[in-house]
Amino acid sequence: MSESFTKGMARNIYYGGSVFFFMIFLALTFHTTKEMPERDNRQNITESVERGKHLWEKNNCIGCHTLLGEGAYFAPELGNVFQRRGGEAGFKMFLNGWMKAQPLNIPGRRQMPNFHLNDQEIEDLAEFLKWTSEMEINGWPPNIEG
Amino acid sequence: MNTLKYQSQAVAKPYFVFALILFVGQILFGLIMGLQYVVGDFLSGAIPFNVARMVHTNLLIVWLLFGFMGSAYYLVPEEAETELYSPKLAIILFWVFAAAGVATILGYLLVPYSTLADITFNELWPTMGREFLEMPTITKLGIVVVCLGFLFNLGMTILKGRKTAINMVLMTGLIGLAVFFLFSFYNPTNLALDKYFWWFVVHLWVEGVWELIMGAILAYVLIKITGVDREVIEKWLYVIIAMALISGILGTGHHFYWLATPEYWQWVGSIFSAIEPLPFFAMVLYAFNMVNRRRREHPNKAATLWALGTAVMAFLGAGVWGFLHTLAPVNYYTHGSQITAAHGHMAFYGAYAMIVMTIISFAMPKLRGIGEANCNRAQVREMWGFWLMTVAMVFITLFLTGAGVLQVWLQRLPESGEALSFMATQDKLAIFYWMREVAGVFFLLGLIAYISSFWVKEKVKA
Repeated sequence: MSESFTKGMARNIYYGGSVFFFMIFLALTFHTTKEMPERDNRQNITESVERGKHLWEKNNCIGCHTLLGEGAYFAPELGNVFQRRGGEAGFKMFLNGWMKAQPLNIPGRRQMPNFHLNDQEIEDLAEFLKWTSEMEINGWPPNIEG
Repeated sequence: MNTLKYQSQAVAKPYFVFALILFVGQILFGLIMGLQYVVGDFLSGAIPFNVARMVHTNLLIVWLLFGFMGSAYYLVPEEAETELYSPKLAIILFWVFAAAGVATILGYLLVPYSTLADITFNELWPTMGREFLEMPTITKLGIVVVCLGFLFNLGMTILKGRKTAINMVLMTGLIGLAVFFLFSFYNPTNLALDKYFWWFVVHLWVEGVWELIMGAILAYVLIKITGVDREVIEKWLYVIIAMALISGILGTGHHFYWLATPEYWQWVGSIFSAIEPLPFFAMVLYAFNMVNRRRREHPNKAATLWALGTAVMAFLGAGVWGFLHTLAPVNYYTHGSQITAAHGHMAFYGAYAMIVMTIISFAMPKLRGIGEANCNRAQVREMWGFWLMTVAMVFITLFLTGAGVLQVWLQRLPESGEALSFMATQDKLAIFYWMREVAGVFFLLGLIAYISSFWVKEKVKA
C-alpha cells in the first residue's frame, strides 16, 4: 500500500464508514418495522398461535426442520407445510395423525421423536404453522415442496 | 522455564485448553449427525438429531468464545505493556463459564429439551428453541455476566496501558459481541420480528464484529512472527475491517429477502453482500505479503502456516462460498438448502476455528514454558493436523455443495407437482452424504494428530 495513504486515513475510513453504514442500517430497520404490519399477518396472531410458537420453541423443532428457510436442513421446510399437507380442509387432521404416529420406526429412515403433545397442543401448533404460512414473504419458496 | 513477557498472560492457558476439549466434542457430535443423515435411525432414541445438532453448534460457539477470551487475555497485556488488571477475576470467570457450559450441554443430552425448558423456567422469559440460541435463559444471563466481567478486566488493563490499534479493534469487536448478544433476549410472538432481530445476534456476530476480533488476532500474530513494522500491519488491519463492516452491516440484508420485509432488501442485501468477499481477499494478500516481507525467521513455522491458512480458508469459505448463494435471484432457489450447510462449515472453520488455532499455535509454547516454538517433531505433527483437517473440510464443503446443487435441481427448480419432495430428494443425495461422512472421519484423524502434537517431544539422542 502506498506511503501517502496513512494509518490515520485508514482508521478514519473505518470509523466513519462503519458509523455511516450502521446509521443507514438502523434507518432501514426502522422503515422495515413500519412496513411489516402490511406483510407479516400480525392481525391474525391469536392466543392459540402464541401458544403454538412456544410449543415450537420448547420442543426445538428448528433443530431438524427449517421454518422460512432457516433452521436445520435435516427435515422438511414447515413454513408452507399447511398448504402442502391439506390446507384449510385437512391440515389439522393430518398434523394430529402425524404427531401421534411418531416415531415411525421405519428401519434406516430419519426418525422424528414423539413429543407427547395432547390434542389442544397439536391444535395450537397447527394454528401457529397456519399463521406462519399466511405471511407475505416475497413469494418464497419456489414451489410447494419447500 | 518462564517465557511469558507478562505473567498474567498465563490465564489464557485454561481457556485454550478447554476450547480444544470442546472442539473435540463438537466434531464427535458432527460425526453422529453426519451418520444420521444417511442411517436415519442411528442412535435416534438416545441422541435425536435435533439434540446432536444443538450440541454440535453450541459447542462450536462456546469453544470459539473460550478461544476469543483466551486470545484477549493473552494478547491484550502484551499490547498494553502492562499486567492484566485482575488475573483472579479471569480465572473465576473461566470456571463460571466452563461450569455453565458443561451444565447446559449435559442438560441437552440428559433430559428432553422441553423438560430443560421447564426446569429452567423458560416460560418466565422465553428465549429458548431458536437456532444457535437454544441455551436456557439462565445460561444466556450467565454469558452476559461472564462477558461483562471479561470486558471490565480488559478495559481496565487497556486504560492503564498502551492503547494500540490492535487492542482498540479487539476491544470494539468484543464489546460488539456482548452488545449484539443482548438481542437474544428479545423474542416476540410475531415470528417475522423474532427472526429479523435474531439476525442481529447471528449475522452481526459472524459477518460483523467477529471479523474485528479475527482481524486483531491475525494482526497481532503477524507482527510477532514476521517482525514487519507495526504501522504497516495496523494500516492493513484498519483497511480490512473498514471493508468488512461497510459491506457486512448492510450485508445483513441477505437474510431479509424472504421474511415479510420490503423488497428493497433484495437489492441492498445483494449489492452489499457481493462486496463481503473483498475484505477476506485483502486478508489473503496481506497475510502473504507480510510473511514474504518478514524481517525475522520465527522458529514457529506451524503458527505461520495457521496464519496463512486462516486467511485463505476464510476467503474461500466466507467469501467465495458466501457469494455463491448471496444474490437474491440465486438465493430464492438455494435458501435453506445444503448449499447453506456447505458455506457454514467452511466459513466457520476457515475464519474462526482456524484463527483461534493460529493464536493457540503461537501462544501455547510460551504458555507451557517451552519457548518461542515447539520442537521440530511436534510442529511437523501439528502441520499434519493442519493439512488433514483443512483438506478434509474442503472435501466436506465440496460434497455438501454437490448435495446442495442436486437438491436445488430436484426439489426447488421444478414446478409444484413435478418437484421431488424433501424426503425423496434426500434419498437421492445419499452418496454425497456418505462421502461427507468419510471426509468427516478424516477431519477427526486430523484433529487427533493436532491434539497429539501437544505431547510430542524431541527424540532424546542415545
